Amino acid sequence: MPGKLKAKIVAGRHLPVMDRASDLTDAFVEVKFGNTTFKTDVCPKSLNPQWNSEWFKFEVDDEDLQDEPLQVTVLDHDTYSANDAIGKVYIDIDPLLCNEAASVISGWFPIYDTIHGIRGEINVLVKVELFNDLNRFRQSSCGVKFFCTTSIPRCYRAAMVHGFVEELVVNEDPEYQWIDRIRTPRASNEARQRLISLMSGELQRKIGLKVLEMGGNAVVGYLQCFDLEGESGLVVRAIGTACTLDKLSSGSAPNTATHTHPNTAPASNACNSPSKDGKEPVFGEDLLSSSGPPTPFRALPTSSSSPPPLSPSKPCSRQSSSSDTDLSLTPKTGMGSGGSAGKEAGPLKTLLRQQTQTALEQREFPFFTLTSFPPGFLVHVGGVVSARSVKLLDRIHNPDEPETRDAWWEEIRQEIKSHAKALGCHAVVGYSESTSICEEVCILSASGTAAILNPRYMREGCLDIGIVDHRFEDPSPPSCGFCHIPYDELNMPFPTQLTYCYHCRRQKVPDVLFTTIDLPPEAAVTGKGCLIQARLCRLKKKAQGEVNATAISNLLPFMEYELHTQLMNKLKLRSMNALFGLRIQISIGENMLLGLASATGVYLTALPAPGGIQIAGKTPGDLSNEHHILTIQKRINDTIAKNKEIYQINPPKLFALDPEVFCGTNMELTEEVVGSPIPEPRQRSRLFRSHSESSDEVSELDLSHGKKDAFVLEIDDTDAVEDIHSLLTDATIPTGFNSCNTEIMPGIYNWTSAVQMFTSVRVFRLSNANLTNQGLNKIFTDLCENLLKSFYFKLRSMIPCCLCHLNFTVAVPEEELIQVAVTAVAMTYDKDQTQEKPAEKPITKGCIETEEQLQFPMELCADSSSTNTQLSSKISGVQETTNVSSRDRCSTWLELLRLKAHTIRRGSVKTISSLERSSPVPDGRSRSLRSTRGFGGSSVTVVKMTPLSFLPGTRIIKYLGIINMFFIRETTSLREEGGVSGFLHSFIAEVFAMVRAHVAALGGNAVVSYSMKECVFMENPNKNQAQCLINVSGDAVICVRETDQEPVPSNIGQTCTSETDGAT
Amino acid sequence: MAMELDVFVGNTTIMDEEVYQLWLDGYTVSDAVKVRMEGGVMEECEASADVLLSDTMDQYRTFQMCERLLYSPAKLANQLLFQIPPHRQAILIERYYAFDDAFVREVLGKKLSKGTKKDLDDISAKTNVTLKSCRRQFDNFKRVFKVVEELKGPLVENIRQHFLLSDKLARDYAAIVFFANNRFETGKRKLQYLTFQDFAFCAGQLINNWTVGAVDNMVEDMDVDLDKEFLQELKELKILITDKDLLDQHKSLVCTALRGKTKAFNEMEANFKNLSRGLVNIAAKLTNTKDVRDFFIDLVEKTPSCVGQIHGRHQKLYLQNVSRLKRISSPAYFFPCLSPPPPPADAVISAPPVRTFSVFDLSAVIISSLSASLLESSVCKSDL
Repeated sequence: MPGKLKAKIVAGRHLPVMDRASDLTDAFVEVKFGNTTFKTDVCPKSLNPQWNSEWFKFEVDDEDLQDEPLQVTVLDHDTYSANDAIGKVYIDIDPLLCNEAASVISGWFPIYDTIHGIRGEINVLVKVELFNDLNRFRQSSCGVKFFCTTSIPRCYRAAMVHGFVEELVVNEDPEYQWIDRIRTPRASNEARQRLISLMSGELQRKIGLKVLEMGGNAVVGYLQCFDLEGESGLVVRAIGTACTLDKLSSGSAPNTATHTHPNTAPASNACNSPSKDGKEPVFGEDLLSSSGPPTPFRALPTSSSSPPPLSPSKPCSRQSSSSDTDLSLTPKTGMGSGGSAGKEAGPLKTLLRQQTQTALEQREFPFFTLTSFPPGFLVHVGGVVSARSVKLLDRIHNPDEPETRDAWWEEIRQEIKSHAKALGCHAVVGYSESTSICEEVCILSASGTAAILNPRYMREGCLDIGIVDHRFEDPSPPSCGFCHIPYDELNMPFPTQLTYCYHCRRQKVPDVLFTTIDLPPEAAVTGKGCLIQARLCRLKKKAQGEVNATAISNLLPFMEYELHTQLMNKLKLRSMNALFGLRIQISIGENMLLGLASATGVYLTALPAPGGIQIAGKTPGDLSNEHHILTIQKRINDTIAKNKEIYQINPPKLFALDPEVFCGTNMELTEEVVGSPIPEPRQRSRLFRSHSESSDEVSELDLSHGKKDAFVLEIDDTDAVEDIHSLLTDATIPTGFNSCNTEIMPGIYNWTSAVQMFTSVRVFRLSNANLTNQGLNKIFTDLCENLLKSFYFKLRSMIPCCLCHLNFTVAVPEEELIQVAVTAVAMTYDKDQTQEKPAEKPITKGCIETEEQLQFPMELCADSSSTNTQLSSKISGVQETTNVSSRDRCSTWLELLRLKAHTIRRGSVKTISSLERSSPVPDGRSRSLRSTRGFGGSSVTVVKMTPLSFLPGTRIIKYLGIINMFFIRETTSLREEGGVSGFLHSFIAEVFAMVRAHVAALGGNAVVSYSMKECVFMENPNKNQAQCLINVSGDAVICVRETDQEPVPSNIGQTCTSETDGAT
Repeated sequence: MAMELDVFVGNTTIMDEEVYQLWLDGYTVSDAVKVRMEGGVMEECEASADVLLSDTMDQYRTFQMCERLLYSPAKLANQLLFQIPPHRQAILIERYYAFDDAFVREVLGKKLSKGTKKDLDDISAKTNVTLKSCRRQFDNFKRVFKVVEELKGPLVENIRQHFLLSDKLARDYAAIVFFANNRFETGKRKLQYLTFQDFAFCAGQLINNWTVGAVDNMVEDMDVDLDKEFLQELKELKILITDKDLLDQHKSLVCTALRGKTKAFNEMEANFKNLSRGLVNIAAKLTNTKDVRDFFIDLVEKTPSCVGQIHGRHQKLYLQNVSRLKRISSPAYFFPCLSPPPPPADAVISAPPVRTFSVFDLSAVIISSLSASLLESSVCKSDL
C-alpha cells in the first residue's frame, strides 16, 4: 500500500476561443490517474476560468505512482455535441516520491495539444502522501533518486559506486496498430505519448528496484532512449550507474577523497593510439589494436563477417557467452568495430538462456555511465572501446519478454567488456549506448573508455580483477596519473609509441589518448581545447533485409577507419595529443551511411608533443607533383603553426622538472633546436621504436614540427588530395569564440554567469544528381561547418564565449535528406584571466551578469544575516494586508516562508505528507496569491537550462528530480504554420516552455544536464503534413548565486522571478 | 546551401534589434539581408551570406510567432512560450507600437475602418512606408482604439496600462484615438504643413480641457468625446464681440498675457478685433458635429487674413509662456486650461524652450483665454 495522490485544479488562462459564436470557451477539466477520473465544474464563458476545485484524491499503489503520469485534460463543454478537447498536461509525479526532491508540484503548465501545440495554461497543485512500505517483495522503488548528470551531483558525496544498471521494456507502437487506421491522428499521438510515459515510468521503477537490490539509493548518469522500430515495436531502454549518495551538509566541499593513486597495473595490451606511419591504408592497422575477435566465433551463413582483422590480434580471455551468439562480432578497441548482420536462428532461445545465466554469474558489467569522477576515482585510462552490431528487426511478439533485445545488448556489452580487458583495464567509464534504425535494419552501438578505477569506491567483489590494489606506495600525481598506460608495454598488441610521462617522468604514456570521458579537472593541460569533428558519408545501394544488413556491416569498418584517420589528422593539425568526450555516431539511411565523430581536442602536458603531418607523393621524381606536394606541405605547416597560436599551445620546457630521473634522455633533449617549441622526442630511450627510424629519413621537408613523430599522408590519387583539402578547409573559429563538446573547456576557468542554451536543427535535401562519396562528404562537412558558423554569428553578442557540450546528432530521415540537430550552451567568460587556472577547482565568478541575460534576482535575501528578523516582520505584514500593488513581493515572501517551514519539518520528521497543515501560512491564501501572481502579470519564473552539470556562477543546492518528457506534434496545415521550419521552430520553443514550466512547478529555477535525446522529424509537403517527436531529459534543480549564503537561499530559488518584477 | 529546414531556438529568445526594426519596417527577408550586409555585420563576425540569410529567417520567424502576443502586450509578460528578459519585452512592445509620423499624418482623423484599410496601398505609395508596415501601424491604431473605447478612466493612463507603452507613446496614441473618434479633418491641403506632433499637442490640450473627463473622471469615453455642455456654453462667447467693453477687457487681458512672449504680438494686438471675432465665431458653431470635424480647417481658413501673418512655423511661442498665460487667465472652474504645471515665475526667463509650436497653439491659447474671459464676464454680470 501505497499512497494518496491529491490534485487540485486552480485556474486557467489564455485559453483558446472554442465557441466561435461568443468568442469564449466553456472549459472544464478532467483529472485522470490510472483508471480513476475526476471532473471539475464547467466554468462558462471564460478564457481565464477559475475552477478552484476541491482536492481530487487518488488512492493508489506506489507501483502505479511510479509508472503512471497524472493526466490533466482541459475540455470545452458542449451541450449538444461531444465535448471538444482543448489540450492535455501530463505531470510526472515521480519527483514527489522521493523525500529529498520536490515536495509539491504547483504552477502554471502549458496546455498542450498534439495538433495545435500550446493552447493556454492551467494552474495545478499536486501532492503525494506516501505510507512507508516495508514489504520486501515490493515492486516499487520509490525513493531512489535519478540523475541525468554524468558526474556525482554537486550537493552529494558518493559513498559507494555500485556499478552498471540497465533495463529495457518493449511494447507495440500504437502508431502501427490496426486501430490507428480508424482513429484520429490526435488520438493516436496521445496514445503514443501516454504509452511512452508509462513505459519510462516502468523502466525507471525497474531500474530503481535493481539499485535497491544492489544496496544503492541513486542512479547517476541515467540515460534513457527510445527505439522507434516501426512495425516491429517500441523499445524503451535505459542505463545508468547505481550509487549510494550522501547528501552533503551545507557548504562543505564535495568529495574530499584522498589522492591515493595505485600505480600502473601491468596488464595485457593496447590503447587506441594508432601508429604513426599509416603508409598503407589498410583499414585494420590503426584500429584493430587489441582484442580482435578471438577464437570461437561462428559465422553463420546469413551473417557476413567483416573483413578479417589484419592486426596481429592477440587472443585474450573472452567470455564464452559472447561467442555463443550466432553473430559474428568484429570487436576493435580504439575505434570500435565492424558488425555483422544476422537473423536469429533456431537455437537462439537456448543460447539466450545460457547467456542470462552467465550474466547472472557475473552479476554485472563493470561499466560506468559517468564521465567525470571524484578525485582519485580514475586511476588509469586505456583508450576508447566500442562495439557495433547490425541487426534485423522483427516484430516483438511478446512484450513481456523482451529477450531478443536484451540479448543483443548483452552481446555488445560482453564485447565491450572483453575489449576493456584486452586493454588491461577492468572497467569501462563514460559508457553509452545508441541505435540507428532504418526500415528493418538497426545498428546497435556501445562505446566507452577502458579504465582502471580505484577500488575503494566499489563494493567488494564487485570487480574481481584485483590487479590494482597493491603499490599504493607509489602515487602518481593526479595531473598525469590517468594518462599512464594500464597495459603491459612489453606485450602491446599494436605498435604505439610509448614515452615516459612528460609530467612525472616515471611512467609510460602513449603518444595519443582517445577517451569518451570528460577531461579530469585535475589534469595538466597546455593551452586551450577545441572541438574536433570527423564527418563522413558513404553511399550504399538500396537493398532489403539481409542483403542490406550485410552491405551495411561491410561498410562499417571502413567508415570507422576513415573517421579515425580524419580525427587523427585534425588532431595533429591542431597540434594536440588527446581527445575527450569522443562520440562516434553512425546513422543509416536507405542509400547512404553517415558517420560523425565529435570530440574535444586537448594538449595534455603529460603526453608527448604530436608530430607534424607530412605529405608524401606516390611517384617521387615527378617535378610538378613534387612542387604541388611542397605547397600543400607548406600550407599544412602554416596551419599547424597558426593553430598553436590560436590554442595557445606552448608546451613547457618540461625537462627541468626532474632531470635526474631521466638522465638517459637529457642528452637528446638538449639537442633541441632553439625556437622550436617542441622538444625532440627521445626516441632512443624508448622501446618498440625501431621501425620509426625509417621516418627520420623522410622528414627533410619538415620544418619545425618534431620530425620523428610526423604523421605521413600519402597522395596517391585524387581522393587523397580531396581529403587533404578538406582537412585544411575546416573553418577557423572566429576570435572570441571557443568550442568543445565536453563539460569543461580546457584552458578556460573563469566563467561568468551568462548562459544561453540552444537547439538548432537543419535538414538538407540532396539534389537528385548522381552524387559521389566525395561530393556527399563535402555537402555533409559544409552542413556541419555552416551550422557552427551560424552559431558563432548568432551568439556574437556574448563574446568572449565558449560553446560547450556541442552535441551533434545526425540522421537520414528520408532517402535524400540529411538531418543534423545540435544542442549546446554558450557561456561567457572573463577574457582577462583565461590562462590562470585556479588552484583547486574551477572557480566561477558569481556576480558578473551581462545585461543581455536573465538574472536571478536574489535581492530579496541578499542580506541573509538579517533575514530572520525580516521574515518575522514580513509575516505579519503579509497576513494583515493583501495589498494588490505589492502582491508579487508578498507571495514571494509567502512561498519563501512556506518552503522554509517545510524544509525544517522535513529535516526532523521524515515523512511525506501534505504541507499546508504545518505551513505557517494557510494554504488557501498562498494559493490565491499564486494565482493572482500569475494573472497580474509579470512574474514567470526564469528557468535556465544547460546541457552541463553546473551553471557558472551558481551553486546547486537541491536536486528536485529528473525531467524526462516525450512530445509528439503533428500538423495537417504545414504551410499555414510557416512551413517545416515554422512548424519545428514553434515545436522546439513549446518543448522548452513545457520543460521550464515543469521545473518551475517543482520549485526549481534551472535544468542541468539537459539533453534532447530524440528529434524525429517526418514531413509530407504534398499532403501539407508533418510530424515530429522530441524526447528531452535533464535534472531540475534549485541553484543560487555562488556568493549567497546557505540557509536562506535554499528557498529562494523557488521565488526567483524576473528582475523588473511587476513592470506594469 | 539551401536548407529544407533550418531552425535555431534559444532557451532565452535571441532577438537582434536591428533585424527587428527591419521586420517592423516591412522588409522582406532578402531585402533585410541586403541591408544587413551593407551594414557590415558580416565583417564583424566572419559570417557569410548564407549565415546571414539563415539568421534573418530565424529572427523573422521568431518575430512572427511573437506578434500574436504583442497584440496584447500584457500577455507577453506571463506567457510561457518565450523566455524574454523584461527589458527586452519592453523594447519589443515599444518598437512594435511605434509608428511613422508620415503614415499617421495620413490617417489622422479618419475612421479606422475596413474602408481606410483598403486605401493603405495608396498611403504606402505616398509615404514610402511599406504596405506591411502600414498595415501593422493601422492595426495597432485600431486595436488601441477598440480597447480604450470601452474603458473608464483617463485615456492616456488606460493606453499606458493596457499596452505597456511609454508615457510619450501613450500620449501619441491618445491623440490618434481622440482624432479618430472626433473625426477631425486633417487631410486638407491647407493643413498639410502641420505635423503629427502639432496635432498631438492640440489633442492633448483638447483632451485636458474640452472633454467630459476634464470635469468628471469616472465616465465612459470621458477623454474621447468633447464635452457637449461646454460647447454649448461657448456660444455665449459671442458677447465678447458684441459688447465693446468686454472686447476691450478681453483684449487687455490677452495682451497682458502675451506681451513680449510672441513675435507676432504686434500683429495680434493690431488685429485683435478681427482675430477675436473669427475665433469666437468658430467657437460658437462647435455644437454642430460637422463644424467640429472642420475645426482645424476653420481655424486656418476662417480667422481673418491677418492671422495669416501669424501663421506659419516661424512663429514661436514658448510653452512656459502658455503656462504663464494660464495662470493669468484663470480662475476657470470648468476649464482648467492648459496641462503642464506652471514653472516658477523666475524660471521663465532662464529656462530653454521646451518645445515650439505654431498657430494652433496660439489659437488654443486665445480660445482658452476667450472662455476664461467669458467666465469673468458672466461673473461680472451676476455681480451686477
